[in-house]
Amino acid sequence: MGAGHCRPETANAPNGASPREEKDVKLKLASLALAAVMAAGPAMAELVFPSLDYRTGPYAPNGIPVADGYADYFTLLNERDGGIGGVKVRVLPCETGYNTEKGVECYEATKGEGALVYQPLSTGITYQLIPKASADGIPIHSMGYGRTSAANGRVFEWVFNYPANYWDGASIMIKHIMDLEGGDISGKKIALVYHNSAYGKEPIRTLEELSKKHGYELMLLPVDHPGQEQKSQWLQIRRERPDYVLMWGWGVMNQVAIQEAANIRFPMDHFIGIWWSGSENDVLPVGAGADGYKSLAVTAPGMDFPIYEDLKKYVYDKGLAAGNGDQIGRVLYNRGLYAAMLAAEAARTAQEIHGVKDITPAMMRDGMEALNMTEERMAELGLPGFAPPFKVTCANHGGSGLAAVQQWDADTQTWSLVTDYIASDRSVIDPLIEEDSMAYAKENGITPRDCAE
Amino acid sequence: MPEQLLFAIEVTLNGLMAGVLYALVALGFVLIYKASGIFNYAQGVMALFAALTLVGIMEGQVPFAHLINAIFGTDIHHFGWHVPALAAILLTMLVMVVLAWAVNRFIFRHLVNQEPIILFMATIGLAYFMEGFGDLMWGSDIKKLDIGLPQGINTWIDEVTYNAFGYGFFIDNLDIVASIIAAILVAALIAFAQYTKQGRAMRAVADDHQAALSVGISLEFIWVMVWSLAGFVALVAGAMWGAKSGVQFSLSLIALKALPVLMLGGFTSIPGAIVGGLIIGVGEKLFEFLVGPLVGGATENWFAYVLALVFLVFRPQGLFGEKIIERV
Repeated sequence: MGAGHCRPETANAPNGASPREEKDVKLKLASLALAAVMAAGPAMAELVFPSLDYRTGPYAPNGIPVADGYADYFTLLNERDGGIGGVKVRVLPCETGYNTEKGVECYEATKGEGALVYQPLSTGITYQLIPKASADGIPIHSMGYGRTSAANGRVFEWVFNYPANYWDGASIMIKHIMDLEGGDISGKKIALVYHNSAYGKEPIRTLEELSKKHGYELMLLPVDHPGQEQKSQWLQIRRERPDYVLMWGWGVMNQVAIQEAANIRFPMDHFIGIWWSGSENDVLPVGAGADGYKSLAVTAPGMDFPIYEDLKKYVYDKGLAAGNGDQIGRVLYNRGLYAAMLAAEAARTAQEIHGVKDITPAMMRDGMEALNMTEERMAELGLPGFAPPFKVTCANHGGSGLAAVQQWDADTQTWSLVTDYIASDRSVIDPLIEEDSMAYAKENGITPRDCAE
Repeated sequence: MPEQLLFAIEVTLNGLMAGVLYALVALGFVLIYKASGIFNYAQGVMALFAALTLVGIMEGQVPFAHLINAIFGTDIHHFGWHVPALAAILLTMLVMVVLAWAVNRFIFRHLVNQEPIILFMATIGLAYFMEGFGDLMWGSDIKKLDIGLPQGINTWIDEVTYNAFGYGFFIDNLDIVASIIAAILVAALIAFAQYTKQGRAMRAVADDHQAALSVGISLEFIWVMVWSLAGFVALVAGAMWGAKSGVQFSLSLIALKALPVLMLGGFTSIPGAIVGGLIIGVGEKLFEFLVGPLVGGATENWFAYVLALVFLVFRPQGLFGEKIIERV
C-alpha cells in the first residue's frame, strides 16, 4: 500500500483526456501521493495504545495509579521484549479529567493516530464512545465499568467489558453475604449506598432481581456528586440498621462513606464496596476505623509477583516509571497493569490470527474476541494467580464474571483476598444482559450477529 | 416520645452541625465581598490549598518535590521531620498571608476600578491557577489530616439520650468541635471588626471606598488583610472538611455548599452566613428525612438551592444583607 501503487496509476494516465477526466486523474494522483506520504510517514511500525487518563481534578488520586500501571506495563514490554511481537508500543496519553466531554475530545484527537483500543476509565465516557467507536471500527475495552450489557458480543461487536461487570459484582456481593449467613438471607436488610449517576445506578436492577429470588429487603441510598456530605444517608443506616451495606462509590464519596460507617460503628466486615471502592485511597484517610472494610477485586493485591522483578529491572531502576513512581504496587496500579496486559495479549493474539505484526484496530478487535487468558499464560507473563483465567468469545464479551472479596487490614495497611474468586449468578444476569442489549439493538437498528458459525 | 419525632430531632441537630460547616465556607466569601465587592470564586480552592499546605508542613513534605526531582534528577520527597499541629497551623497562616499579598499585588492591584464581573472572572482564573499550583506544590494524592481533632460518635450524648428517650442520638465529635471553633472564629472576627483600628478601617472600606481613602486608609493594606482573614477562614474550613474525607482535590468543591448559604444569608453579613448555614443545613437534612424516601433520596443538593431561591424571591438581599437601592 502506498508508493508502489503510484507507478501503474501514473503510467495509465490517459493522454489527451477531457478536462473533467484530467481533473479526476489529478485528484486521484494527489490523493495517492498523500496516501504514499502518510504511509511512508512513520519510519517504524508501532502499536498505538491511547491512555485516556486523569491526572488532574477531583478524581486524580484514582486516575493516577491506573494510568501509571498502564504506562509501566507497556514500557516493560518495550524495554524487555522490544514491544509486542517485535513491534514497539506507543502509549498516547490524553487527559480527560474524568470529564465526559473531554474524554470524547481525547477520542477524536487520538483516533487518527492508529489507536488500537480505547480504555476510557469512565462509565460516562464509555457510553459516549460506544456508538462513535463502533462506527469508526475501533474497539473499546471498559474493564469492569461502562455499559454492562456490552457483554453481549452479538450486539456490541466493538465493545468489550471483560473480565467482570457491575451486575456480576452485585451478584457476587450477594453470594458472599449468603456464604456468611449460611446460605439463607431471606428477611435480611441490605442497603446500597451509590453514586447518584449512571455508574452508581448500574447494580440496582440486578439487586432488585436478586432480592426477589433470595427474599432480602433492599434499601437504596443515593449520594449526590461529589459525596462529601453523607450524614443523612448514614443516619438512616444507623436508624434502620441494615445487616449489610453495599457501595458503588468513586472518589471522595468512598472515603467519606467509610469514615461515616466507622463513625456510626457499623460493622466494617458487613460493608462491601465494588472494585472501584476498594483501593488504598479509600481506606487510608480513615485510619484505624477502616479496619475490616471489604471490597470486590478482579485481581490480587500486592507486589508478590515475578513481573515486579522485571518491572524493577527494566522500568523503575532505569528511571522510566510513569508519573512520580510512587503508586507502584497499589490496588489501582495493579488494575492499570492488568488492563495493559489484557490489551497487549489481545494485540499478540491479533498478530497470531492475522499473521501480521503491525495490526489494525479491526485486527485488534479480532484479537480481543479470541483472547484466552489461561493460568499458564498468566504465569508466563510473571503474574501467576494474579487473576482468574477467562476466555472471550464472539457472543460473550464479558469474560468470566469472577471476582474475589478483599479485606483491609489497617494495622499492616494491606489488602488481602479473603475468598476465592466467586462466580456470579448467571441465571439472573444473563437474561438481564440479553434484555438490555436487545433493547439497545432495537433502538439503534442493530441486527445481532450470528455467533454460531 | 414517638420514634419519628426523636429521629427528626436527631436529624435537626445534625443539620445544625452540617450548617456550621457550610457557614465556615460561606464566611470566607462574605469577608472578601464585604470589603472589596469581589465574589471570590477561588474560596473553595483556597480551603483546599490551605489544607494541603497544612498537611504538607506537618508531614515535612518538600514542596514542588516532583518538579525539583524532574529538573535536577534528585529523589527528594520529605525533609524527614514532623511539625507539631499548632506550629504547622501558624506556618500555614503565614503562607496564606503571603498568598493574600501576592493575589493583590499581581492581580487585583491591576484591576482597580474594573467592573465586578471582571474581578469575578479574575477569581475564576485564580481558582484554576491555584488548583494546578497546589497540585504541583503538594502532589494530588489523598492525604490524611491528623491535627488531633476527635472524630466519631459522641458516646456521652448517645448514652444520655438513650437513657432519657430509649434512642441514642448520633452526634459526631468532629461536628461539635467544628461548631465550637466556628463560634470562636465568628466572635473573634466580630470583635476584630468592632474593636480594633484595622477592623474599623475594614468596615470603613466596606461602607465606602472613596470616603475611606479620603481619610487616609490604605485600600491595599485592607485588601491584603481581608484576603488573609479569608485565607485563615479557608484554613479552618479546609481542616474541618479535610478531617472528614482526607485532604484531596475535591475539597475545592465544598464551595458549592456555600452558594445557597450566601444566597440565603446575604453576601455582606457575617451573622447572615452563620444563620444561612444553619437554615440550609437543617432544611436540607429535614427535607431529605421527610421527603427523600418518597422521591428516591439525594434531594439535598438541589433542595438547598430551592430553599435559597425561595428566600431570594422574598428578600433579594438575603436575610441580613444590605438592601441595594440604585436610583437613576
